[in-house]
Amino acid sequence: MNDLNKRTSRGFDARLIITYIALIIIGWMTIYSTCYVPDGTNAIFDISQPYCKQLIWIGSSLLIGIVILLIDKQLIQHYAYYFYIVCLLLMVLVLIIGTEISGAKAWIKIGSFSIQPTEFMKVATALALAKFFNEGKTSNEKRYVWLIAGGLVLLPIIIIMLQHDAGSALVFASFIILFYREGLSGVLLILVFIAAFLAIFTLKFKELYAIALLTAVFIGFMIKDRTQKKLMRRDVIVFVISIVFVFSVNLLYEHVLEPHQKRRVETILGKTADPQGADFNLNQSKIAIGSGGFFGKGYLKGTQTKLKFVPEQSTDFIFCAIGEEWGFVGTMAVFGLYLFLIMRILSLSEKHRIPFVRYYGYGIAGIIAVHFFVNIGMTIGLVPIIGIPLPFLSYGGSSLWAFTTMLFIFIKLNEN
Amino acid sequence: MTEKRRYWIVVVVVAILALIYLIRLFNLQVLNKTYKQKANQNALRYITEHPARGLIYDRNDSLLVYNDAAYDIMVVPNELRPFDTAELCRVLDITKEDVRKKIEKAKKYSFILPSLFEQQISKEDYGFLQEKMYEFPGFFVQNRTLRSYPKPIAAHILGYVSEVNDQDIENDNYYKMGDYIGKSGIEKAYESVLRGEKGKRVVLVDVHNREVGRYENGAEDVVAVPGVSIWSTLDIQLQEYGEQLMANKRGSIVAIEPKTGEILCIISSPSYDPNLLVGTARPKNYGILLEDPRKPLFNRALMASYPPGSTFKLANGLIALQEGIVTPNTIYSCSGGGYHIGSHTVHCHNCGGLNIYSAIQRSCNTYFCRAYYNILSNRRKYKNVQEAYTAWLDYMHSMGFAQKYDTDLPYELKGSIPTAAYFDKKYNGSWNGNTVVSMGIGQGEAAVTPMQMANLLAVIANQGYYIRPHIVRAIGKKDNYNTQFSEKIYSKIDPQHFRTVLQGMKMVVTAGTGRGAQIDGIEVAGKTGTAQNPHGADHSVFALIAPANDPKIVVFCLVENGGFGASVACPIASLVAEKYLNGEVKRKDLEQSMKNLSIR
Repeated sequence: MNDLNKRTSRGFDARLIITYIALIIIGWMTIYSTCYVPDGTNAIFDISQPYCKQLIWIGSSLLIGIVILLIDKQLIQHYAYYFYIVCLLLMVLVLIIGTEISGAKAWIKIGSFSIQPTEFMKVATALALAKFFNEGKTSNEKRYVWLIAGGLVLLPIIIIMLQHDAGSALVFASFIILFYREGLSGVLLILVFIAAFLAIFTLKFKELYAIALLTAVFIGFMIKDRTQKKLMRRDVIVFVISIVFVFSVNLLYEHVLEPHQKRRVETILGKTADPQGADFNLNQSKIAIGSGGFFGKGYLKGTQTKLKFVPEQSTDFIFCAIGEEWGFVGTMAVFGLYLFLIMRILSLSEKHRIPFVRYYGYGIAGIIAVHFFVNIGMTIGLVPIIGIPLPFLSYGGSSLWAFTTMLFIFIKLNEN
Repeated sequence: MTEKRRYWIVVVVVAILALIYLIRLFNLQVLNKTYKQKANQNALRYITEHPARGLIYDRNDSLLVYNDAAYDIMVVPNELRPFDTAELCRVLDITKEDVRKKIEKAKKYSFILPSLFEQQISKEDYGFLQEKMYEFPGFFVQNRTLRSYPKPIAAHILGYVSEVNDQDIENDNYYKMGDYIGKSGIEKAYESVLRGEKGKRVVLVDVHNREVGRYENGAEDVVAVPGVSIWSTLDIQLQEYGEQLMANKRGSIVAIEPKTGEILCIISSPSYDPNLLVGTARPKNYGILLEDPRKPLFNRALMASYPPGSTFKLANGLIALQEGIVTPNTIYSCSGGGYHIGSHTVHCHNCGGLNIYSAIQRSCNTYFCRAYYNILSNRRKYKNVQEAYTAWLDYMHSMGFAQKYDTDLPYELKGSIPTAAYFDKKYNGSWNGNTVVSMGIGQGEAAVTPMQMANLLAVIANQGYYIRPHIVRAIGKKDNYNTQFSEKIYSKIDPQHFRTVLQGMKMVVTAGTGRGAQIDGIEVAGKTGTAQNPHGADHSVFALIAPANDPKIVVFCLVENGGFGASVACPIASLVAEKYLNGEVKRKDLEQSMKNLSIR
């Protein structure tokens, strides 16, 4: 590797490790702040407090990280499928003996600790996909490869949907970045985006307007293609499919989504304006971040998060506390760290000569990016409220362990 | 190569997304300032600390007005969340419609400032509600104080406080809806002193509307400054005594310490218990008092104008002496049943020849009609009646008539003595001293208030000057005297003439019309009066100065429809003076009969 990429003495990427450590320190400080009581003792070693528990998670995560850096690289690739299968089995187990927390049956309770196998499923899927691509790319049956790869992603998604954890299911869509890099048709991606646009348009402006829009576009194409019978036939087929799609979106929305999910979608689409009702959380979240201003209110001085106006302020809404206490400067810093992390993983993956590492790198870059953009997007009202944690920052053992494992496997694979 | 391109597409897509997010964050945190305000609305509650209103003492440190604890329910419309209306109605004993109306009213005033929702709830309700306050987000309890009066006296002069109205808020932005303001009497005149300065406490509230601590350790808190106490010039004993004497009568007593202009007591009867105009009962009771045909809200001492009656002769005598129309030795003769003007006669009692002393002593109409006529007919000095009359009116002004004193008294009436121009108009310019001669004996067009008559007595007692009558003696500390009104205002009469008139007044009491005013061991000077009343029985009037040689109190008493001055007003004025000078009254029988006397 060239001189620009500083390495530790054993050849690990120091920048990734430093970024990781910076993020978990910020995370812990923010969790401490959200639990901080102005006139209380705030003892750090009070086991009843989340910030003390998080110290344990951080300690054990570091241990996990070190262990991963010490094991043989070959083992990772070797055990990838086993890991995938074990996680899948755990997920099925959750369906049977799991505990329900805020609507999602996604936790296994062991004593006072809860483990969420979904978090580990993300690493496992990334590894399994990497291994599969590594072996399958040499095969002549291209279609067959895509089918299996899609299946590896779809399997956990189905189980997660059965757990009523739509947020986590969405994360698995992030593997589309890997697929795209490895040759998935760009046209297909564009089609997905158009469908998404049409769906949002339908939900926001009723199907009648969507049909009007489609008709206008259809007429345009018909006029353009008026000399070619074949193209005109294609236009008619696309038009009919679109109409069916619009109606099915509405049907799905009306009959499949739960009421609270519908409200969240409506809030984002700007269809409800009830500051005390459905979008109370979003509103409070925006107030917390917005009130931070440029420099923030100062560490431990945030009022909105401390006085519990923001829900889940140490887990899913942890970004609010950062925005409130550290202001735009703080949110920029966190943004910088994440962007650096994602870009660094992408760039290291792209340059790596071993395809397995590249597949894995693209897989986890996508997972981290989706977590990052969805989590922050929901706190600032760009994305409907979906309960997924902010990697490395949010309070929670499963999430921190899983993301640490995810990152340190990548660091290990990149060992010089 | 396509792989390399796809790498860049992924990087660019991530970068574009990041840019969108950064713009959103920049907009949210830096450009948009409303979130800061919303955050404060969320988490901060500004609690107004209402200072205790200043106390009011009498001149001898007895408490006239103090404060009682009360609890108001306040509402902040913006913080309202759905709550159990039925429960709130039950606790406060109001209807759902009331709740709706009150919230509407509060919204009209402000969404973010607290408005009064329900005032002065009982201590029991307060205790009950305090526990459940978190169930009613947007509501909170505020401690307030209510005025309370140990004795049900001096209602007119103490005045009352009530909730500010829109006008008050507009006039002075210190006041917020639900605040109290002095509406009359001392409460109004000394509002800025008594009210103190409101403070504020900024507290943090959590999402459940519970107080969780002070904001910034109280850095933005402002401590309320308690209202300053006031010492009134009133003597609570004398005031109470005077009110007892005036019970079941209409009229007024004004007693002044002449050397200082301090009002010792000021009674207007009928009166009311000032405790009636406190708190939630105020609007109802105010309505009842307003409808009462006996007009208890009407302060007769300051707002009723009467014909002055014979006590006015004192002022006219002084002017005649000053103008040189009469000397103490000048003798006018009273015979033939009175003073004749053509076919008209001002009746008198054929007093015979008398000088000014005996004219005052016997209240001789003939003497004072002649003297008054001669004042207005003095052509050596004034070229016509108008000039002479204007000069006379000037003297009257200098003794405090036909004007407001503009001190700290509530709603004074100016009284009126017509000008020369008025008579020019009335008599087409053709009039003389005889046309208006009835004013020489205190009848006719002149109209004065009891306060003005008492002030005349102070001028006589001080032999030439008065200090504007006022009601507050000291502010803040008992010996921090109120010097606002201490200026001596001199009349245009020379001192020796007052000695002459005072001599006549002594004779009134020793051997004249006012013998009933005699007090054991104290030399009293006085003057009876009977003010003609076109609507019924004459008003009984008495003016008193005591002790005559070193006056410590002047008393003016008027009892409506009381008949002759000597019969009712004279003994009452005398009893008041005795009470003040001796501390107790020896003439128990007289006292009792006056207290029991009822004149409807």
